[in-house]
Amino acid sequence: MHSFKSNFDSWPSGSAPVAEEGRGKVAVKMKHILKILALLVAISAFWIGLLQASVIPESYTWLLPLYFIVSLGCYGVLMVGVGLMQFPTCPQEALLLHQDILEARDFLKNKGVDVGSN
Amino acid sequence: MGNEQKENSNKYSIIIPTYNERLNIALLVYLIFKHLPNVNFEIIVVDDGSPDGTQDIVKQLQSVYGEDRILLRARPKKLGLGTAYIHGLKHASGNFVVIMDADLSHHPKYLPNFIKKQMETGADIVTGTRYVKGGGVHGWNLMRKLTSRGANVLAQTLLWPGVSDLTGSFRLYRKSVLEDVIGSCVSKGYVFQMEMIVRATRKGYNIAEVPITFVDRVYGSSKLGGSEIVEYLKGLIYLLLTT
Repeated sequence: MHSFKSNFDSWPSGSAPVAEEGRGKVAVKMKHILKILALLVAISAFWIGLLQASVIPESYTWLLPLYFIVSLGCYGVLMVGVGLMQFPTCPQEALLLHQDILEARDFLKNKGVDVGSN
Repeated sequence: MGNEQKENSNKYSIIIPTYNERLNIALLVYLIFKHLPNVNFEIIVVDDGSPDGTQDIVKQLQSVYGEDRILLRARPKKLGLGTAYIHGLKHASGNFVVIMDADLSHHPKYLPNFIKKQMETGADIVTGTRYVKGGGVHGWNLMRKLTSRGANVLAQTLLWPGVSDLTGSFRLYRKSVLEDVIGSCVSKGYVFQMEMIVRATRKGYNIAEVPITFVDRVYGSSKLGGSEIVEYLKGLIYLLLTT
């Protein structure tokens, strides 16, 4: 109960948009790191459960965390690689910007603004 | 059809922090006025005592466009991006705030898209993203793209931020939302931009995205070195533990 109240005390008063209050975030603002830790705890519990239950050969089960970390790493590298290949570029924008700059300089020079020379 | 003609009674305060942007600031202002013809807006230039005469240029622009449309709210020296926004916010009379860079990497032609998206979705924050179809980057070599992509994947895995472009600084905020979020941010530089959007996500604000194109530095030089990478990683860990 006490921790509940202290969350209310730390809320910014009056500036949160009223319409948003019903969105389910009213009660606990759980820190993100706690969500991640909870996930890791759940995975660890599952892993320990597997060890105890001996459903899979134990030597294999002991290696599961390693496999998990390696696959996570591979997934990360893959995401970086795919993203790099699909990286959106816009070479035509440089040209458009250049034209905009010429237009701007023209207008401003006539109005007496010092737009300098490069 | 009727939607586009709908009355927009909102006022938009565009905050632009500047430091040595003598050449770019005039061009930027021209383009903003060009692309927002029927919008009620003001431009707030927060200059940190630029030695190159940026403030003189702003004063010249004021005589062209009006002192009510362009506000110069300078500071004595470089005091950081976050405080620049806070300083600009104090003088903002709009109910929405746009933040963008002064170096023309953010093109004002996307401003109508931000406004339209916000009106369509009722979002609290509309953030520009370079990493989706319709967006893009020009002027980055392979190494730069690699670090950007790697940084993004890492941040997505650790933080689950709900936006595709975390370090982008071309955003539209509802003014009350910006005031709320900026108060709880302590980071510097682009980690600051990340912190803003992550904290906003954690607070449950409605965030929409709009594709933007990003042309890296026309005049001047862009900065990304080893120390920036270290800062980034430190920032990620900080955000992981405190948001």
